[in-house]
Amino acid sequence: MAHIELKGITKTFGAHTALRDLSLEIADGEFFVLLGETGAGKTTTLRLIAGLEKPTGGQIFIDGEDVADWGAAERDVALVLQQYSLYPRYTVRENLEFPLKSRIRRVEPAEIKERVARVARTLRIEHLLDRKTDRLSGGEMQRVSIGRAIVRKPRLFLMDEPLSALDAKLREALRTELKNLQMNLGATFLFVTHDQIEAMSMGDKIGVLNNGQLIQIGTPQEIYRYPVNTFVARAVGSPPMNLISGKLGASEAIADEGYRLPFDAAPGAGLDGRPLTFGIRPEDLFLESGAPGEARVHDVENHGVEKIVTLRTGNHFLQATVPAQTDLEIEESVRFSWNPEKVVLFDGGSGMSLRHAG
Amino acid sequence: MTQIELRGIEKHFGAVQVIKDLNLTIADNEFIVLLGQSGCGKTTTLRAIAGLETIDEGDILIDSQPVQHIKAAHRDIAFVFQSFSLYPHMTVFENIAFPLRATRGNRADIEREVQAVAKTLQITHLLVKKPSALSGGDMQRVAIGRALVRRPKAMLMDEPIGALDAKLREEMRAEIKRLHIKQGSTTIYVTHDQVEAMSLADRIVVMHEGVLQQVGSPHEVYARPANMFVAQFVGSPVMNMSDVTVSEDAGHARVVVRGAPTSFDFPSNLTAQLAVAGAQNGNLTLGVRPEGVLVSREAREGFVPVEAHIIEPLGSHDIIDLKVGDQMLRARTKSGFVRRPGEAVWARIDPAQAHFFDSSTGTSFGIRL
Repeated sequence: MAHIELKGITKTFGAHTALRDLSLEIADGEFFVLLGETGAGKTTTLRLIAGLEKPTGGQIFIDGEDVADWGAAERDVALVLQQYSLYPRYTVRENLEFPLKSRIRRVEPAEIKERVARVARTLRIEHLLDRKTDRLSGGEMQRVSIGRAIVRKPRLFLMDEPLSALDAKLREALRTELKNLQMNLGATFLFVTHDQIEAMSMGDKIGVLNNGQLIQIGTPQEIYRYPVNTFVARAVGSPPMNLISGKLGASEAIADEGYRLPFDAAPGAGLDGRPLTFGIRPEDLFLESGAPGEARVHDVENHGVEKIVTLRTGNHFLQATVPAQTDLEIEESVRFSWNPEKVVLFDGGSGMSLRHAG
Repeated sequence: MTQIELRGIEKHFGAVQVIKDLNLTIADNEFIVLLGQSGCGKTTTLRAIAGLETIDEGDILIDSQPVQHIKAAHRDIAFVFQSFSLYPHMTVFENIAFPLRATRGNRADIEREVQAVAKTLQITHLLVKKPSALSGGDMQRVAIGRALVRRPKAMLMDEPIGALDAKLREEMRAEIKRLHIKQGSTTIYVTHDQVEAMSLADRIVVMHEGVLQQVGSPHEVYARPANMFVAQFVGSPVMNMSDVTVSEDAGHARVVVRGAPTSFDFPSNLTAQLAVAGAQNGNLTLGVRPEGVLVSREAREGFVPVEAHIIEPLGSHDIIDLKVGDQMLRARTKSGFVRRPGEAVWARIDPAQAHFFDSSTGTSFGIRL
């Protein structure tokens, strides 16, 4: 249980600035996800909090205390990594007991037994307790790694892409298990990933990181619905938000490619003629005969429950989610429109959302 | 015109049987995807068709001619691997032209055919480059070009885009599909990625442990899975599976999920259909995809009270774990439909989207409601 605060953190490695003036707060019991590409600074942030790196500037507070002088052990955080670091010759039980047997912790044998049993039950690995860890599958090993982290009741869980090495089905299952675990423990989690589905599905809050800077913090719904700029707009959602450059006309949006879609801007907003980017999610773009936009079907991706259609308009592509029973031929000519209420406006030059710009 | 037929194929590697009595007919121009996990026998099947692997039993027929004793080189089949296998010291042009050198001598013909293939694949600007100067996607385009240029009877592809990153994979998938429509050659494509299979295939062949599980159009495989393996392999999130008992009560069928206090309402003909199919309580599994679990915020006729547990907001929609007794049922709802975990809601299973399986064999009873 911990409240974490980062204030104006900067970290440089030689000439390279890994983090730039990063500030964020993680509430006690919150599941916070840092989302970003490789090299965005996610892992560095984690390592700074864990005490494995020192910041070049700025402060880190755990429960209101500046931890600059605390070593990694004193911070009492648990780190779970993508690659499992289990002792191969030990059984699962021995691996789980290990963190409790350290001399500084002095946990009574009866309590060790009790805690290992509880963790095994929570993670559904009871049947594996007497197995050597080199006889486990990837998903089982990752569960044991997580088990080893939770068994000692740390203040804070730091997780660095723990699901990335697993196959899709297992990732899906462990996503819910992790979220479930965090809810049951009421623990504070900082989870780092490049996978927007993991961020959206597990995070109470998401921080979107790009090039060492935090671009936006918000709930999954806020980030999805009101992205602060075109970078965030494309970083969450699969397929990502469509971005259409154009300008406003009278009660319509005029795409640079020539098609016009219905859109009512607030009067007097002073947007006429200004270069804009219209953002629209694939589920808010629809195919309909007689609709104003014209396109060709470039590709159809079948997800069973629905289909994702890639439309070609001139030299650009748009993606739309359509019902599973929609039958479309490649190169078929279709008409499309959008739900004007769901359009997000961005400045054509800076890519900043006009809503956030004020 | 190329038709491929597999009859009773068996293959062992030492003591391990990797293909068991495989029968399959592939029509001319068809795009077939062999789908399964690693080790299911899909790549071995592909390699056997290409002649890169011998078979222990059965016949492989290409246009009705048995070819299992014919060398790979004489089967006139092109193969594209996941690794690009280009000649590093040759230019892209020379790589694509290579298969033609042996057969067609005329330089002007070769030039024309390479140019035509390059145009189709939009790699004309790369013809003078060496493979080392190309991106992964371009290398695979060249490899496909080299396969296409000699107009083989069939194209075999083994996870050709598996090594590319997600965005490029999506782009290349679309290109392969478009190319197939344009060229119309019989294609067999191997992948473990179900979205790839669903998007590319005319028919999907699902394999598991060397045994063919189901052959069908993407829609058939998704909506009418032949067994529990196919049901859970295709589709994401994975299909819900629960042990159930079915009873009849006042003109309705009642489906009780094991460990749940209440029962789901089903049309009365369920019991009769199950009886005809030979299904018995104690050996019955209900499968339903998340979109087949209907959720209401108010009590409604036919809906049972459940508790919302974890909510996964995915932006375009939510996936919600519903607590039904000690079981979880995952449902797909509109974004923000259930506001917070712990909320009491009501659920129903859409009979038209319910599947009933034999719990011990996994086979679907083929019930249609």
